[in-house]
Amino acid sequence: MAQVRLLVGTRKGGFILTSDEARKSWEISGPHFAGWEIYHIKGSPVDPNRLYASQSSGWFGQMIQRSDDGGKTWNPVDHAFVYEGPTGTHLWYDATQHPWEFKRIWHLEPSLDDPDTVYAGAEDAALFRTTDGGKSWHELSGLRNHETGTQWMPGAGGMGVHTILLDKANPGRIYIAISAAGVFRSDDAGLTWRPVNRGLKSQYIPDPDAPVGHCVHRIDMHPSRPNTLFMQKHWDVMRTDDGGENWHEVSGDLPTDFGFPIAVHAHDPETVYVVPIKSDSEHFPPDGKLRVYRSKTGGNQWEPLTNGLPQSDCYVNVLREAMSVDSCDSCGIYFGTTGGQVYGSADGGDSWTAIVRDLPAVLSVEAQTLS
Amino acid sequence: MIRVELPFHLRNLAGVSGEVLLDVGPVVTQRTVLDALESLYPVLRGTIRDIVTQRRRAFLRFYACETDLSLDDPDKPLPDSVASGAEPFLVIGSIAGG
Repeated sequence: MAQVRLLVGTRKGGFILTSDEARKSWEISGPHFAGWEIYHIKGSPVDPNRLYASQSSGWFGQMIQRSDDGGKTWNPVDHAFVYEGPTGTHLWYDATQHPWEFKRIWHLEPSLDDPDTVYAGAEDAALFRTTDGGKSWHELSGLRNHETGTQWMPGAGGMGVHTILLDKANPGRIYIAISAAGVFRSDDAGLTWRPVNRGLKSQYIPDPDAPVGHCVHRIDMHPSRPNTLFMQKHWDVMRTDDGGENWHEVSGDLPTDFGFPIAVHAHDPETVYVVPIKSDSEHFPPDGKLRVYRSKTGGNQWEPLTNGLPQSDCYVNVLREAMSVDSCDSCGIYFGTTGGQVYGSADGGDSWTAIVRDLPAVLSVEAQTLS
Repeated sequence: MIRVELPFHLRNLAGVSGEVLLDVGPVVTQRTVLDALESLYPVLRGTIRDIVTQRRRAFLRFYACETDLSLDDPDKPLPDSVASGAEPFLVIGSIAGG
């Protein structure tokens, strides 16, 4: 019987939630690194007990922790994230140029085939990689040095690399997304990059269909369809079927197409989940009703999933890294809220339960399926 | 020996309780104390000073002998009572209310 392990990052520490395949009874451990912001925890696909955690503090800066036993014990590894070569500048809020300044790691993406290789997405936007299990980190500076870099501007939440998608079918291909620059693709393992944002339209930038400048909140793909990506943008839910060359909107009948996370079902590449949020000015669910929306048609037609979720007086947010699916036979889906709840569904979203209700604000949720 | 008092989270990272004792050498300044601290506990690199610029992190302060030394030149000698070990060098995290 499979086990499911949820790696939950919060404003005040990390938590690990484990269950058997029934996913009815959960064991909770934590807080790990109590008092620190844990932006993201993720395990290696080839060695699920090898975990990496991004531990951050406004006081003390960035740490990276590594576990070799599924989160029972942790050890700090190197945390020197140093931009390679001239630092350069990007666009600042007042339209002046501002030097790149490292602030934190938003996302850790272990390699698909080597537990010692991990990609790290940084604020201010940059991509780092370790190939020695975290003993040292080196920037893949082709991204930050992209010719459009001087046009990238932070959103209110900063300018960070969040999504990192590795393509098993095309080993050199990596997608990353930056708020607020857009999606970039590398076909040479991160050495060079180009923006792939054609079709995005963003009214909050001077040229709504500019090549860069879009506030992409999250993208996801199904490994069996690596050219099909789904995106939750600042506004709009989007889809591409040609590796990002062209995007089209699939918001369809959503009550609002603003939101942060997006996730693809583990077994059906046309089933997609979003959590609509009222607006960019009101970061909570419409009408105080927490609803996950599911499309079984790859977008456009969406159905609300409400069974077990609060349908009145709910004013939490669900952040971009805070939704994930497992790969059990009946796909589980999980999300965490800024109110500290982690909700789970063991039946593809038809019904939900609160696994835990009173954690600190949840920043990230990653599901691992352990055989 | 130089006595250094660290905030809670840095004591946890370094795996120490109470004060840290450092052998600093003849010149006792903020820089030489922090160099010795980071040499003994490499995990603390970047947590007190920026890893590249070596500037004090914005939300940390350095106190000793009831004086705020945070804005002093990092190469200025620390008070004699710190250099003699009579008084600790305090690394303090700014308060966070709310």
